[in-house]
Amino acid sequence: MAYFVQQLINGVTLGMIYGLIAIGYTMVYGIIGMINFAHGEIYMIGAFISIISFLFLGWFGVTWIPLALMIVLIVTMMFTAFYGWSLERTAYRPLRGAPRLAPLISAIGMSIFLQNYVQLLQGARNKPLPPKITGSIEIMEQAGFTVQLSYLQILIIVLTLILMVAFSTIIGKTALGRAQRACEQDRGMAALIGINVDRTISITFIMGASLAAVAGVMVTLYWGVVDFFIGFLAGLKAFTAAVLGGIGSLPGAMLGGLLIGLIEAFWSGYFSIEYKDVAVFGILVLVLIFRPTGLLGQPEIEKV
Amino acid sequence: MLSISGVHTFYGSIQALRGVDVEINEGEIVSLIGANGAGKSTLLMTVCGNPRAAKGSIKFDGRDITNMPTHEIIHNGIAQSPEGRRIFPRMTVMENLQMGATTSSPEHFDEDIDKVLELFPILKERASQRAGTLSGGEQQMLAIGRALMSRPKLLLLDEPSLGLAPMIVKQIFEVIRDINRLQNMTVFLVEQNAFHALRLAHRGYVMANGQILMTGTGQELLADEKVRAAYLEGGGTA
Repeated sequence: MAYFVQQLINGVTLGMIYGLIAIGYTMVYGIIGMINFAHGEIYMIGAFISIISFLFLGWFGVTWIPLALMIVLIVTMMFTAFYGWSLERTAYRPLRGAPRLAPLISAIGMSIFLQNYVQLLQGARNKPLPPKITGSIEIMEQAGFTVQLSYLQILIIVLTLILMVAFSTIIGKTALGRAQRACEQDRGMAALIGINVDRTISITFIMGASLAAVAGVMVTLYWGVVDFFIGFLAGLKAFTAAVLGGIGSLPGAMLGGLLIGLIEAFWSGYFSIEYKDVAVFGILVLVLIFRPTGLLGQPEIEKV
Repeated sequence: MLSISGVHTFYGSIQALRGVDVEINEGEIVSLIGANGAGKSTLLMTVCGNPRAAKGSIKFDGRDITNMPTHEIIHNGIAQSPEGRRIFPRMTVMENLQMGATTSSPEHFDEDIDKVLELFPILKERASQRAGTLSGGEQQMLAIGRALMSRPKLLLLDEPSLGLAPMIVKQIFEVIRDINRLQNMTVFLVEQNAFHALRLAHRGYVMANGQILMTGTGQELLADEKVRAAYLEGGGTA
């Protein structure tokens, strides 16, 4: 039982991070109907910027963790959002109106480019970050096994929940969110009622990239090590999460992320850690075969 | 108010408009009639900048809008209820109307929504329903209502009668006349239902193969032999 609870905690934490990245996939897919395969790299860049920011803050003697964390989050979100915005401007916007395959290839190209760009700039070796947030709560003990919920895990879960509520509110209740949903349903018509479609798409990339940035900061703190290649696997898993939940659906991305995190944690805990990625991508295959619209995705119901 | 001169529009290599001239004055209802594929809808869309005119110019309120981005053209005071209605199916009726108010100031939102719901009372009952679940007639009312929410100076209507029961068609044409008379709204109406459209209009244009064939007052066109033969006799008078 204790072991189960521990895996549950680990899985939820991991799931939150995947969920944050998955939202970026699902929002971009919703609005321009393409999978932004460079989104994993945006997250990786977020992780790098967070390490660099922690380093700078250390030099300037900002060591009080809550303050440092705030600054790192804001700086990382800003820089990463800028990358997300530039990505859309340079690689996708010129291809608007081109056949669907073109932006997809452009996305894969940007993904490879960004990996190599970071590798050249930062080197191929792992970059470590000493633990910043330590300590944990002991929840229960059973047969010599202690279930621990670390402060960092609490932070990740709480921060993610706050961000998800905030983003759902933006999409569901504000004029910006309505504009995004209008672009998602009929871009031509959105322009016909006076929405600046290009700007709405840019904002969507900025929002997705900011969430990936938060995931990058969290992962850096959680694992304590990053390299230029982490975006690939995390990106694919978050993509799987988005598809599992129903691509285009915001709650779906969160649910999908959570499920992928749990599957990964429990598979690692009870079966074999080597096969955890196989388990996750096996789910992707099953979903695509049996429920291509995902758990919360709805087939289009339109009356003509 | 709207002056279209010598406009050519292409879809790829296919030419849809071949030098169209149309003039619309403030306070008028102008109907554009013609058969399927004549280029009527293309003309309305070209006014909104999608597709863009390859040649010629479009002026609105003295301003050249030929090469303006679509959303800026709309901000200048043009609204369109397009072909196929194109309401946002996964938004509620109320959200669709809110979307229509994108370019207008939030201060007169309440006033405008009351006006639209007064014109189309059925939309009030359906306010929180998803727009995709409405009937065809209700969707058409929603599309017109959405266009009115922006307080346009010029309202472009593309085939508001298409596929609707005669009762509903009558109701929609009455609303068009009302907003023209009571709110002095300028309306540019594209229709295949030539009889209704010309009876309602101050002036009309007849279009075929991407060109304007004929123009005159609604009454003149209704009385014209060629117009009667091509567009009215045998069905159009329903």
